[in-house]
Amino acid sequence: MKIAVCVKHVPEGNAKIDPSTKRLDRAGEGALNHFDANAVEEALRVKGDSDTEVVVVSLGPAKAADSLRKALAMGADRAVLISDDAAAGSDLVATSKLLAAALEKESADLVLFGQQASDSDGAVLWAAVAERLRRPVVSQAAELSVSEGSLKVKRQTEFGYDVIESPLPAVVAVSDAINEPRYPSLKGIMGAKKKPFDTLSLADVGVDAADAGEPGSKTEVLGLSEPPSRGDARKIEDDGNAAQAIVDFLAEKRLV
Amino acid sequence: MSIVVFLEQHGNELQKGSLGVLTKAASLGDPDVAAVIVGENAKALASEAGRFGAGKVFVAEDEALHQALPQPRVDVLAKIVAEHGYETVLIANSVLAADVASGLAARLDAGLNWDLVDLTRDLVGKRPALQDSVLVDVGWKSTPRIALFRAGSFDANATAGGEPEIVEVSVELSEHSAKATITGQEQEQSAGASIEDADVIVAGGRGLGAPENFSLAEELARTLGGAVGATRAVVDAGWYPYSAQIGQTGKVVSPKLYIALGISGAIQHKVGMQSSNVIVSINKDANAPIFEFSDLGVVGDVHEIVPKLTELIKQRKG
Repeated sequence: MKIAVCVKHVPEGNAKIDPSTKRLDRAGEGALNHFDANAVEEALRVKGDSDTEVVVVSLGPAKAADSLRKALAMGADRAVLISDDAAAGSDLVATSKLLAAALEKESADLVLFGQQASDSDGAVLWAAVAERLRRPVVSQAAELSVSEGSLKVKRQTEFGYDVIESPLPAVVAVSDAINEPRYPSLKGIMGAKKKPFDTLSLADVGVDAADAGEPGSKTEVLGLSEPPSRGDARKIEDDGNAAQAIVDFLAEKRLV
Repeated sequence: MSIVVFLEQHGNELQKGSLGVLTKAASLGDPDVAAVIVGENAKALASEAGRFGAGKVFVAEDEALHQALPQPRVDVLAKIVAEHGYETVLIANSVLAADVASGLAARLDAGLNWDLVDLTRDLVGKRPALQDSVLVDVGWKSTPRIALFRAGSFDANATAGGEPEIVEVSVELSEHSAKATITGQEQEQSAGASIEDADVIVAGGRGLGAPENFSLAEELARTLGGAVGATRAVVDAGWYPYSAQIGQTGKVVSPKLYIALGISGAIQHKVGMQSSNVIVSINKDANAPIFEFSDLGVVGDVHEIVPKLTELIKQRKG
């Protein structure tokens, strides 16, 4: 079996938006999106001692190689980085097209995603990729089991849990409740350097430059502004009458 | 600009978040606002959609839509958008709806802006970013446009709208849309009211001291007709179910009233609740960050204040 895990390299620390491009400033230090570590961990758990191949796939700048190396150090077998200046600024439509093109070549039985990107808060990519691959998709997987040719997921929703079954190949986005990602061991870190690592251009994945980056995007950032601030905040110390003070406040706001 | 709103139903109830988005759509000045309702008894829910501003309601009751799975819904929406030429598709976020929106974007090669908290009449979306420290204006370069709104962004208000025109839609499933099936369900007993739809949320954190003290939050929530939420720390500690978790890794809520009990207000929690209308917090630590974004902050002991508060509200309600 083959499992592909899509991962993102995200800015570390206090991310900023570059006012000139209105894009996230990706020049500083970065790290593996921690939600994607759950997806890598789940792939390694499903693999166990079997001969299943785990390939990690990312779209990003050359620096994204650091995050892929971390996934290799955790135990993934191979990495694919789609990196091309013409892909910078890709929105959902363009990103899903690029990732799907690379995944099409891999033809993995199972494609895994983490539950969101910690930089953009995006939590939708898997469904677009699944649609392009024409595969079933399940998100918010709190438990995953894979057996011969099919999978079973416990999906968490606002209303409880659904058990969802699907044949493979399929796309699954795991929640961060599914596992506790391992830390790479020293041996893993050393070993990662020798593992196969492919860097692909747009031409390599077969996507036209017109379909990538800003030309291939259907959304745009128009401007940035300060979020509205809250009104006057009040703070009181409990002198024994705080409960009454809260009731008075709620009454004033017509909330009781 | 013609707008269609996907309305999510659960157990024969249209979700409040969806009706909020429909209310918003009806306020944008477009006379042609339509809604889509799918699943069991979809047709019976059409009148309600009319009251919230839909002039036309597309319904699909096909058995393939009875399960809460995204891909068959993508098939229905793609067909409606293509056949009727809708330029704008508005969707309230949920686990199900996010996957519908994203699948639809790929199917139609359409732009999707997500996590929006507002949309202007000239179709500029407002998206808070970087832990809500900046507001990003986003737009679409082509049609159809797809917008996914953060839960609780808009109040659901019934208008004077009359009976909508009902259009039945036949469903043609894509091969890959029919593959996943729901084979079982588990409800979490303690989850109670869905926190994403609640007008009042009483949330508890580490400061409650022990799992059994969540009864303080539950009792206050019951008195106010609200739901109970929890921080990641207490969910991780096993004090409360994950389904109640509010924050970056849980649910994002914006009730009319949010009462935080023993919650410090770490960024992980803040992003999940800071767009609540009114925030009241009680915490022993006068330096807790939660006080920076509370409308009323009370420095004090939750164990002393909350029982009194619950009693006073009960008395007031008679």
